[in-house]
Amino acid sequence: MGELRLMKGNEAVAEAAIRAGCDGYFGYPITPQSEVMEYLMAEKPYDRTGMVVLQAESEVASINMIYGAAGTGKKVITSSSSPGISLMQEGISYMAGAELPAVIVNVVRGGPGLGTIQPSQADYFQAVKGGGHGDYKLIVLAPASVQEMCDHVKLGFDLAFKYRTPVMLLSDGAVGQMMEKVVLFDQIPRRTDEEVIAQCPWAATGKLKNRDHIIITSLDLDPAGQERVNLKLQAKYKKIEENEIMYEEIHCEDAEYLFVAFGLSARICQKATDLARAKGIKVGLFRPITLFPFPVQQIASTIKRVKGVLVVEMNAGQMIEDVKLSVGLNVKIEHFGRFGGIIPSPDEVVRALEQKIIGG
Amino acid sequence: MEELFAKPEIRKPENIVYKKTDLMVDRPLSYCPGCGHGTVHRILMEVIEEMDIQGDTIGVSPVGCSVLAYDFLDIDMLGAAHGRAPALATAIKRLWPHRFVFTYQGDGDLAAIGTAETIHACNRGENITIIFINNGIYGMTGGQMAPTTLPGMRSSTSPYGRDVLTMGYPLKMTELVAQLPGTHYVTRQSVHTPGNARKTKKAIRKAFDIQKEKKGVGWIEVVSNCNSGWKMTPVQANKWMEDNMFPFYPLGDIKVDGKLIEVAK
Repeated sequence: MGELRLMKGNEAVAEAAIRAGCDGYFGYPITPQSEVMEYLMAEKPYDRTGMVVLQAESEVASINMIYGAAGTGKKVITSSSSPGISLMQEGISYMAGAELPAVIVNVVRGGPGLGTIQPSQADYFQAVKGGGHGDYKLIVLAPASVQEMCDHVKLGFDLAFKYRTPVMLLSDGAVGQMMEKVVLFDQIPRRTDEEVIAQCPWAATGKLKNRDHIIITSLDLDPAGQERVNLKLQAKYKKIEENEIMYEEIHCEDAEYLFVAFGLSARICQKATDLARAKGIKVGLFRPITLFPFPVQQIASTIKRVKGVLVVEMNAGQMIEDVKLSVGLNVKIEHFGRFGGIIPSPDEVVRALEQKIIGG
Repeated sequence: MEELFAKPEIRKPENIVYKKTDLMVDRPLSYCPGCGHGTVHRILMEVIEEMDIQGDTIGVSPVGCSVLAYDFLDIDMLGAAHGRAPALATAIKRLWPHRFVFTYQGDGDLAAIGTAETIHACNRGENITIIFINNGIYGMTGGQMAPTTLPGMRSSTSPYGRDVLTMGYPLKMTELVAQLPGTHYVTRQSVHTPGNARKTKKAIRKAFDIQKEKKGVGWIEVVSNCNSGWKMTPVQANKWMEDNMFPFYPLGDIKVDGKLIEVAK
């Protein structure tokens, strides 16, 4: 059993990065995630593990620092919040195209535009459907607790290197700011330069005598070549869909109705499930943990057994599209959302279930 | 083909006075005949060969005419997004402090879209080499106005000449970054004559050497021609460059050993 601590979600991300043997953090301050870099700067990870922490001049610069470092096989992470993540889309698209591993944490706040600094889930489309230009996907993890903020950093690095792809943690201002107890995993040693060179033969680490020079790029001007790049990416995403789906089901065995929710909304729905069951309404909760790959078949087989589904999100209805695509048209699926930084209460959610699904 | 250029009977090892560096990949360059890029590529690779650091060098290429530089330089390289090369180089050098790291950028890349990344990498005093090719125009996209286009100079987006009142003034990035404490060596050179190419090679060598001393950015601007973008022959373009570019972008060292060079008034 690892070390038990009381931490903010943002701090858990930072501590997990150090413990995961991360080589570098590059970021730019933005509310509500600035504690990530603040914690790292105070913690002096360079003294602990040799990890580099650098405050960049913008999110554009920080994601391109991540691109550069990842292209040399190093294990790197950045974090930001919605407007900053929008600025990063160029770099994220280049990283997807060049097949580079990294962890990108989005502590989502309400939008559009400068929006608000309060929590939101309105960046689902951006995270799950691509975000930047071109046909690409990120692996998207949706932590719902401080514990998962910690664990998903480690998992994110594992998946990023396994598939050579950027991984996004789609959390929100509440999960980032709230304090909970967290069990920290033990320190994983940082890889030496020799280990990086041996483990990442694809990386630009300095030309070795026994191989050609390495070129990290997303450019292929020949249409046939660029189509091959795209087909390779699509094959990779298919493999991810086959192997990496994660989800959680709560009280689904006897459920007549179902909440589908991710991240903070799932925490609220968990309470709403208890409140509804106290009133005699048999409702369960299906929580996708990976938003890409989306648990299409799993969600379909659970939905088959219920009378109606309420998708609860802190947005105007985004994940509901993927839920609907997972099942047939004859299923009653409605959306309940609050947005702009409003967090719905469990009572509100139960009322929405009664009005939109049971009574509707 | 080779017979056209030299009599086979004199092609003996003892007669060779100069040969192409092995660090240039043996393939045709994508640059226009007469362009300075090829010369800069060659002398850069000569420096790396002479320092014997092929395996210890990581380069970052830009978006622009030299977007494919990585195809010609036989070292590990990364292709950056437009303007972002100094950000990539920053992280690479921080995580591989014993590697020699350089960026190779054009004027649109470095002085327009990448101004922030360039200035902040210089201001942090990153221990990298920045090679900046300034030909006063966007070459690859077809000759549009660049941040370095001279006043009155015609381009496809300033067809009646650059009007500084509506299009702004040319940006002297090299003078600008020389003011920052993070730059250690700042120079402006050219490669249009053998003598100038030799000076540029010395400057590149110096900038690579100071990476070992960890004293900050080594910066080499190379004022170059773009005969196709300028709509001139290579010879005309070099003459035009001497007559028009050099008075505005004077050649020579601007900062050496961290100290600004006093210019006689």
